[in-house]
Amino acid sequence: MDKKLQPILEKLEKEIGATVSEYRGDASLVVPAEKVVEACQQVKGLGFELLSAMTAVDYWPQETPRFHVIYQFSSISRNMVLTLRVPLAGVNPSLSTVSHLYRNANWRERELWDMFGIKFNGHPDLRRILMPADWEGHPLRKDYPLGYEEPQFTFNFDEINLRKPYAKE
Amino acid sequence: MPDIQEITIDDLKHLVSERAIQGETVLLNMGPQHPSTHGVLRLLLELDGEIVVNCIPDIGFLHTGIEKNMEAKTYQKAEVMTDRLDYLNTVGNNLAYTLAVEKLVDLDVPVRAQAIRVILVELQRIASHLVWLGTSALDLAAMSMFLYCFRERESILDIFELCSGQRMMTTYIRPGGLWRDVPVEFEKAVRHILKTFPRRMDEYEALLTRNPLMLDRTYSIGKLTGEECLSFGVTGPMLRASGIQWDLRKDRPYSGYDQYDFDVPTRTEGDVYARYLVRIEEMRQSLRIVQQALDKLPIGPVRSNNFKFVPPPRSEIGVSMEALIHHFKLWTEGFNAPQGAVYSAVESPRGELGVYLESDGGPKPYRVHWRTPSFDNLQSLPLMAKGVLVADLIAIIGSVDIVLGDVDR
Repeated sequence: MDKKLQPILEKLEKEIGATVSEYRGDASLVVPAEKVVEACQQVKGLGFELLSAMTAVDYWPQETPRFHVIYQFSSISRNMVLTLRVPLAGVNPSLSTVSHLYRNANWRERELWDMFGIKFNGHPDLRRILMPADWEGHPLRKDYPLGYEEPQFTFNFDEINLRKPYAKE
Repeated sequence: MPDIQEITIDDLKHLVSERAIQGETVLLNMGPQHPSTHGVLRLLLELDGEIVVNCIPDIGFLHTGIEKNMEAKTYQKAEVMTDRLDYLNTVGNNLAYTLAVEKLVDLDVPVRAQAIRVILVELQRIASHLVWLGTSALDLAAMSMFLYCFRERESILDIFELCSGQRMMTTYIRPGGLWRDVPVEFEKAVRHILKTFPRRMDEYEALLTRNPLMLDRTYSIGKLTGEECLSFGVTGPMLRASGIQWDLRKDRPYSGYDQYDFDVPTRTEGDVYARYLVRIEEMRQSLRIVQQALDKLPIGPVRSNNFKFVPPPRSEIGVSMEALIHHFKLWTEGFNAPQGAVYSAVESPRGELGVYLESDGGPKPYRVHWRTPSFDNLQSLPLMAKGVLVADLIAIIGSVDIVLGDVDR
């Protein structure tokens, strides 16, 4: 692991109550959900200017925690990377927004709401971003089937057309 | 069947100004079928005369669900999807995914494969920048640039076809190395580009760099400071045009980039013109890297011989029982990756292209997330668009160099 990262990890471990783990030379911290804004503030103060990626993983059917929200930070001034993982329970998953700290979290949190149904409290504009506004369900959840489109042939065109959800004139 | 829900002005009230609701400013849709949005980007513009008051991007028209689809395929088969993400950087996407898989299963790659990867990815960077140069110049009404750039790009795509049989959807870089070694004509074809391309670049620069029309349309337009770039997660040439020297090839080298001598061009202005200069210089630097990699191209295997993860060569299958078993196992159920999660990033022509890969110990990725640079770069558009003319907005969109396949995934 990166030597420069060691004091930062120790500091976050002590002040936030995070647990450190390491895999293939990259450090990741598990942060409790109620401390996520505090943790991001600390991380930003420690020189991680860039929120590289923000994503989630669904561990369904496991319920506590069902989701892990992952924040991937990069420090340009000190050339380091750090991952935060935030476990979330399966019922009405919600988290505080960090879009006031990292402005690109705005769209990334909208994407997580769209794809996983994770609500971000305090988000200025929490709408669906990739799926259509009237879409039902959250596609990247593990209990959402991969699905397919029924092939329409001449003999069953009308029958399938009736139940196909798209705008008709 | 659910009712189709219409988006009304009420849903967007918090995004537009008070004047739009009173009817003093005009709301105008730009796109998704608009030639200067470089694909299917829809912008909702609030206009006061010809001045953009607010710009609200609406994305997702090219959403393909690739992240979900990759979860249902084995590690080798999922790679075919990566070409379809950012269709101007197909080899680069292969590399990003392959590096993540190699990091996950801890696989070593032969040096020859690494050098060929670098050559192809740098050629791809030039090809991608050529499309950007052609289309963004076309947005500024420079028609001939488009034709010249696509002529040059075609000769690069011919090299991909030579190696992999495909111009764009190559899937040539595979976990553990390459699909197969490059053909004998490869070196001659690349040397031809190395010889002719610098002169062509000079011609392009003669057409554009000091062109007063170009300067009028681009200089001091769409400015972003370094801090704004970082807070929006903007990476790549846009970040470097705002004075921050950050290039993953230099700062966090992968695939042997630390062996090559190249510069990372930066500018401090942060406007459309600075982005143009940075990308032009990047093409020249890419040629330098290709030249060095080709000159000292090592001889040896192009695939790892760890047959737990890499299919054995065809010639061995007929004579070795073990090879036959490996071949069968790999193409029926794939390999089991150890449980864990990795994030690995490469410098794509647009910025930091990262892959988050999580494994539950099985033969299929449990979760793949693509951190695509265009997604974050496009987010800074509303900030840049505030208070500019609609015509300047066209120039700004061109300078962001978005690929909608990259934004929507």
